[in-house]
Amino acid sequence: MVRPLGILVGLGFCMALVFALVTTVWTMATTPTEDPKNTPYFWQQEPRPANLPSSGPFAQFDRVQLQRGFRVYKEVCAACHGLNLVSFRNLEAIGYSEDQVKTIAAEWPIQTPSVDPNTGEAAMRAPIPTDRFPSPYPNEIAARAANNNAIPPDLSLIVKARAGHEDYIYSLLTGYRDVPAELPEALRPGVGLSYNPYFASLNIAMANPLTGEGQVTYDDGTRATPDQMARDVTAFLVWTSEPKLENRIKTGWAVLGFLLIFTILAYMSYRSIWAEKKGR
Amino acid sequence: MSFPWAKEYQPQNGFMQWMDERLPLPRLVYGAIGAGYPVPRNLNYFWNFGVLAGFALMIQIITGIVLAMNYAANTAVAFNSVEYIMRDVNAGWLLRYLHMNGASFFFIVVYIHIFRGLYYGSYKAPREMVWLLGVVIFLLMMATAFMGYVLPWGQMSFWGAQVITGFFSAIPLVGEPLREWLLGGFVPDNAALNRFFSLHYLLPFVIAGVIILHIWALHIPGSNNPTGIDVKSEQDTVPFHPYYTSKDGFGLGVFLIAFCSVVFFAPNMLGHPDNYIPANPLSTPAHIVPEWYFLPFYAILKAFTYNFLWIDAKLWGVIAMFGSIALLFFLPWLDKSPIRSASYRPLYRKFFWFGLLPCIAVLGVVGAMPAEGLWVPLGQVAALYYFAHFLIIIPMISYFEKPEPLPMSITESVLGKAETPAVGATPATA
Repeated sequence: MVRPLGILVGLGFCMALVFALVTTVWTMATTPTEDPKNTPYFWQQEPRPANLPSSGPFAQFDRVQLQRGFRVYKEVCAACHGLNLVSFRNLEAIGYSEDQVKTIAAEWPIQTPSVDPNTGEAAMRAPIPTDRFPSPYPNEIAARAANNNAIPPDLSLIVKARAGHEDYIYSLLTGYRDVPAELPEALRPGVGLSYNPYFASLNIAMANPLTGEGQVTYDDGTRATPDQMARDVTAFLVWTSEPKLENRIKTGWAVLGFLLIFTILAYMSYRSIWAEKKGR
Repeated sequence: MSFPWAKEYQPQNGFMQWMDERLPLPRLVYGAIGAGYPVPRNLNYFWNFGVLAGFALMIQIITGIVLAMNYAANTAVAFNSVEYIMRDVNAGWLLRYLHMNGASFFFIVVYIHIFRGLYYGSYKAPREMVWLLGVVIFLLMMATAFMGYVLPWGQMSFWGAQVITGFFSAIPLVGEPLREWLLGGFVPDNAALNRFFSLHYLLPFVIAGVIILHIWALHIPGSNNPTGIDVKSEQDTVPFHPYYTSKDGFGLGVFLIAFCSVVFFAPNMLGHPDNYIPANPLSTPAHIVPEWYFLPFYAILKAFTYNFLWIDAKLWGVIAMFGSIALLFFLPWLDKSPIRSASYRPLYRKFFWFGLLPCIAVLGVVGAMPAEGLWVPLGQVAALYYFAHFLIIIPMISYFEKPEPLPMSITESVLGKAETPAVGATPATA
């Protein structure tokens, strides 16, 4: 009984799919194909490699670069983008001393919401090392109001939260171009938007943040070109996304070394136990 | 249980003797995975994957219990509690990446385990119960994995929950109330997150229970083998320990090398970037895709686009998606061929390698792609083959197939004809 019923049910599913297939093919054949130039896909570009030391099987952080990147974040990005998963104390991991971290927190241009200890009223105070980086806007409405109705995303996880990861962030930051002459009207940037072929819709609400050399002054004498600043801040954002990266890689090699020895020994014991059974 | 020549447990000292008379747990283990379980001597490496699946479940349970100590199932803090694990809990990043990728590797080994069963006919008599319990385990795994993916409360968590619970709303009349009852609301929210967490903690232990039944049912007839023919004498078998424990030890090493390479060097390879964005009910991701191990079933769901027989296409898709797994319950009775192993079934073998496997691969790719352009008809053709394979081809194939000659015994298949001592010379039928 199972087989005739099975065949019947199978024919039911297959007929439903044949009808679906025929209508799909018919629709495809009768619908005029859209000119690919009218879709954003045609104009999008693949991210260019950021070539950071934090990728590959021997990944590590260049702490000097991370500090440069932090500087770019502080002086450029922090005006609009928060970093709500990172605390000031975490900066010690990229080479700042405890005192430096205290100073960075105390001098941070954005204050942290607090309570007046005398009156209990809402107040603002300077951050301390255990605080997270304060958000530049008190709430979403304020963020939208200040940015032409677009919310600047928090950057803590941005590298892991975008396809293409660090390559995408680096490419986006250095990807602002003039609008191509032959770009269709529907794909052209509207008011307050900028053309950037690395962005999914081609038109991004963020104006080019890294406009010219020397926008940020580096302590170590590195020339602050837009490309260098983009690379450095991307490196910094790789760290905010994955602060335990170096632990992971180091532990990984130790674990693989252990497993390799374990597996070789397991293979040898397997062979010796089976030696007489294998025959031939 | 299985064979008369199975070694009997002998307590090695007074304490074990005392124990054996009161709670014969060591005797049970000895008979289940020790020297007391005779196993065909010709198993290939595909037989490692059952033990590996059990090991993967243990990794999930152990890492999961520790993660649950630091996770908070509340929509306001769930996302940040996962990031707290990643940043501030000692070795939290390791636990979390082990658990996240452990789910993927659990599915990899279980899929290989299932396809091994399909190829060598392990679902056939007398192992039908083993197969049925295996399908139950697979369904429980899918439910557990889905609910686990919701817990970090990222964008894909939320929208995946939205899509999957939306399946219930395709059921006529009761669908929408049923969905609201299951979710505890109109959209996935705190009530849903809490019950998903509760069930995600419960189901792995249910899986462990069904695994015990799965192994129990296996030990009645004993393990199948690559020839698919029955064990005939003691020389066809070896004791599980030390022969297969040593082989499984080696298999485990290779598995762990592959697993740890991903955990430590590409931990987010199998995940989706959008799940690092906190859930936002007001912003729909461009493409909602499930985890990779659900992609073939997702492709089947999407393949039904026509209201055939005036039944809504969405309902067709949901029925077909559940049906694509439910049909596995009937497989032992859909396939009438007396030969188990595809090694001796020329037609079945061809349909397996050139039909079923490419079809599943295509469904997996189509599942990940947006429902547009050529992906749609391609997915429909592959889905059509999937149902035809299990419900039409397999039931009919045994009428046309001429099986290849089987070896006389398992020992003969290992040692060759000349060296095989003549034993119990009954002709080999599967």
